[in-house]
Amino acid sequence: MSAGHPEARHGSPHGDPHAAPHGSLRDYVTGFVLAVVLTVIPFFLVMARPIESPGYTAAIVLACALAQILVHMVYFLHMTPKAEDGWLLISTIFTIVLVVITLAGSLWIVFHLNRNMMPGAGTMQMEAPPASP
Amino acid sequence: MSATAHAATAPEFYVREEAHHAPGGSTHLGFWIYLMSDCLVFAVLFAVYGALGASLAGGPGPRDLFGLELVALNTTFLLISSITYGFAMLAVYAGDQPRTLRWLAVTGLFGAAFVAVELYEFSHLIHEGAGPQRSGFLSAFFALVGTHGLHVSFGIVWLCTLMVQVQRRGLIAANQRRLTCLSLFWHFLDLVWIGVFTFVYLLGVLR
Repeated sequence: MSAGHPEARHGSPHGDPHAAPHGSLRDYVTGFVLAVVLTVIPFFLVMARPIESPGYTAAIVLACALAQILVHMVYFLHMTPKAEDGWLLISTIFTIVLVVITLAGSLWIVFHLNRNMMPGAGTMQMEAPPASP
Repeated sequence: MSATAHAATAPEFYVREEAHHAPGGSTHLGFWIYLMSDCLVFAVLFAVYGALGASLAGGPGPRDLFGLELVALNTTFLLISSITYGFAMLAVYAGDQPRTLRWLAVTGLFGAAFVAVELYEFSHLIHEGAGPQRSGFLSAFFALVGTHGLHVSFGIVWLCTLMVQVQRRGLIAANQRRLTCLSLFWHFLDLVWIGVFTFVYLLGVLR
């Protein structure tokens, strides 16, 4: 398998600089191994619970997810800052900003409302209406 | 600037001739932008799940419902299908049509296994009385995970279509472009699944 060598890249769709970025066998295998490690760690932490504190466990699980997302972007999606004259990166960053606003904004508003609308309840539990005669 | 210098009397505010683009030259970026819009769809579904995830309405919660063994199995299927698609793309670059088709078939089988396990999980939940109508948490859960599963299912349909295309026409430039787009789609779905198993399953069971 000579996928890691430059000659393997000559079979690109057009040979122009706008062609989709390619990965090599090395990229895919590195990405796969990293992804497996970053998947096994959080599953092990939650299923076996070697760390008592749920807070620390959740923090490590989230860190692994973030790291694995980056691994996928680099090794599977082959994102580079120069791909598509930088438009790939710009559109991605724009999307990430929108995603953060959507998620953080929605949760902020909903939990804020929750706290104001339902006194004494941090959780949204349905309260049975008072029994009417 | 040059347009006004050329014809000082009649400035032009529009493009007379399109710049030359190779056919399909902008497909990659265009498809990426589609994926980013899809990313926003998932972001909204995640936000809904985050807002409703604690609304159990007295019903079962994540800890009572989710079997992490099943989720680990599913995650493995999807991750393996991701790298087998990578192998298919390497075969495409090498111009090896039979090898491309073999790896695409393997990818499709792992994708189908993923969907099968997910459907089993859904039917199990609904059978236990934990269907989407049970509580806000379950509605959000079925919407989010179901949308992802639907994406994978359509990805499999697309994959089968491309296998027929490659079988009939070979690895022509258009088919290479299509295979590249599907590879982005497929890896993107695996990326979304990282968010699903982390936020919905792992953190749900932890809570």
